[in-house]
Amino acid sequence: MADKNGFFDLSKTTLSRRTALKGIAAGAGLALAPGFVRYSQAQSSAPIRIGFQSHRTGIGAAYGRWYEKTSAAAVKAINDAGGISGRKVELVIEDDGTDPARGAEVVNKFAKQHKTDIVFGTLFSHVVIGSAPAAGENKIPYFVVSEGHHVASTKLNRYVFQPGITDVKSQIQSMAPWIAANAGKKVTQIFPDFAFGYDHRDYLPPALKAQGADVIAQIAIPPTESSFTKYFPQIPAETEVIYHVMVGPAVLTFVKELGEFYGSQRPQLFGFIDSLEAVDINSPGLEFLDGSHFWEGSPRYAQPDDSAAQKAYRAAVGIDDNGAAVGDPKDVSTAAHMFGCWETLYVVKKAMEDAGYKGPEDRAKLVEATEALKEFAEGPEHPQGPKTFNGKIHQCFGIQNISKVEGGKLKVVHKTKIEDGLYEPEGDYTKQAL
Amino acid sequence: MRDASPAKTYALHIGVIALLFALNLVLPDYHQSLFARIMALAVFAMGYNLLFGYVGLLSLGHAMFFSAGLYGAGLTVYHLGWGVPEAFVAGVACGALLALVIGLLALRTSGVAFMIVTMMFAQVFYLLILYFAAWTGGDQGLVIQQASRVIAIGGASFDLTDPTVRYMSALALFSIILLVTLAVVRSRFGRVLVAIRENEERTKMLGYNTVANKLAAVVAAGAICAASGAAYALLFGYVGSGFASVQYSILPLLWVLLGGAATTLGPLIGTLFMYYVTDITSGFTSAYLLIVGVALILLVLFFPKGILGSIRERWLRWLP
Repeated sequence: MADKNGFFDLSKTTLSRRTALKGIAAGAGLALAPGFVRYSQAQSSAPIRIGFQSHRTGIGAAYGRWYEKTSAAAVKAINDAGGISGRKVELVIEDDGTDPARGAEVVNKFAKQHKTDIVFGTLFSHVVIGSAPAAGENKIPYFVVSEGHHVASTKLNRYVFQPGITDVKSQIQSMAPWIAANAGKKVTQIFPDFAFGYDHRDYLPPALKAQGADVIAQIAIPPTESSFTKYFPQIPAETEVIYHVMVGPAVLTFVKELGEFYGSQRPQLFGFIDSLEAVDINSPGLEFLDGSHFWEGSPRYAQPDDSAAQKAYRAAVGIDDNGAAVGDPKDVSTAAHMFGCWETLYVVKKAMEDAGYKGPEDRAKLVEATEALKEFAEGPEHPQGPKTFNGKIHQCFGIQNISKVEGGKLKVVHKTKIEDGLYEPEGDYTKQAL
Repeated sequence: MRDASPAKTYALHIGVIALLFALNLVLPDYHQSLFARIMALAVFAMGYNLLFGYVGLLSLGHAMFFSAGLYGAGLTVYHLGWGVPEAFVAGVACGALLALVIGLLALRTSGVAFMIVTMMFAQVFYLLILYFAAWTGGDQGLVIQQASRVIAIGGASFDLTDPTVRYMSALALFSIILLVTLAVVRSRFGRVLVAIRENEERTKMLGYNTVANKLAAVVAAGAICAASGAAYALLFGYVGSGFASVQYSILPLLWVLLGGAATTLGPLIGTLFMYYVTDITSGFTSAYLLIVGVALILLVLFFPKGILGSIRERWLRWLP
């Protein structure tokens, strides 16, 4: 098209590069200004940023994925109800590879680069212990959902909390009365020969003793083992209960071989569901578990007496009555643990609101406000059940479930009391400087 | 290397140290902490490089020397309440002693057998850490409390948890080890090591005791790796069995291969590169290890001698 007036001929315009740059700069300034003005007028309306240390890769990946789902659901619920002190909540996620060294770097990254308000969400104990020094040095509150006894042992530091899930020492202790009264008095333990197994090895015998029962044998199985039959002859013949906590991919083989060893004449079986989290209880090879009992933090399967809060929580997180993802029955959740993410985020909300938390300068106030918490009532914020919190050891204590495998489902047959799991505090974090 | 004037070589190394010193002033907080970690681990890679790069001994068990330092320092602080300097010395001594014993046994083999024997010993060391979990904390590990990580010299005290003190401590260790390895590889001893790598039989024929020289190299490398481990425990406050796993035997090999085996600065460059590729890519995808793997394959294909090794081959032939 001919353009006789040169109107479309850009080569004839007088727009120099400098003018163009000025124009762009001015335009950019205008575009940014309203946002900036709004932000500077109401800094307190900026979102609260929560650094989520996630096990996206590595051995904890199955847990990590469900921890993320649960946390995202909790954040959405909190935001829909107005956020924390009227501020929206935002999750900033970093993968720690389920590795303690990387975990410490991730905590550093949250504190120094992302400048999040807190760090949250870690499950595996070695990652918690590896990351705790970085949290203490950065003076950033670190809320873990690990169930390890590390926080309550008071060997970490004042910035580490576990307010959303009961620690394993308390869990084991609260199982003992039921085992002694219902399963049997002579117990043989089979556990993996590393820290997770040692908690059970060390805490169960005294707890059973107090109930008039005894651990008559302890069989530690090396973590590298892939076949278990050779260990079974070590199980004393008079054993009434086998208490097993095998974890990892070998669990299917373990159960299958135990079934082959005993046939239909077996002692009672009691286990921790940790070994079967994210695993379908109806997987081939697990038939032998029918009629056995498990500890569950929160029940995987919907129960007839579920509270309205429990139902709402399951719907929000997106798990069906069988504890699998809605729409994908094969995607089994880590229901026994992941409720801890939901509940921890509500504890953070409560503590931040109590502390009048405004920003990172108030982190010390947040620590003190969390330590001042005493109990959490059962309800939408704590759907797993009521809990007490000991501010000196930064640990909560809740009820536990004992479930029976029946017809391919886990049915809750007993709920413990909070008092069953209480023990003497081993130290006092509040004496440490902030 | 034959053409190298000592002045130019030392100027380069002092320059790198000066650059790292200056970076402390300009790096943002997070990167300052990451650099401290990288420098501490680069020492591990330098120890590994002394054996792999200069003597040609490929060990797959160096995690045991690193963790000997880590636990030697960490456990003395944790259980015996030792101060930082004593604990550091204890860590290095543990590593050197372990290297002496392992060296005496493993040097009876060579090549693939040496790789397997070192890997087996490292696995034994790893399982021992798990076995003595009551003292070592097993796979969960132990935390060295902040209060125990303070160096008191005269009236002054240096808190290793302070970012600047930590950076400077890591830099000091890195600088000392860098200059020591430079001096070693330029010394008669270093040249004998290279001769062993190139042709052990001929070196023996020339009258050198190659076993004694190799043993000295194993002990020196073990002590350097242990120094890195001890520093890691004291600077970052965590001691765990993960550092003794086979992964931490493979990592220094990767760092050295990436940076350039038998180059003094290669270990730093390799460690730096791997850390930043992991750190940056993990922000975008959970498949970051795949990207790291692809990067490694590309490097091996196009820079088989590592980053600095290729630079030396093509342009700067005087690099040590």
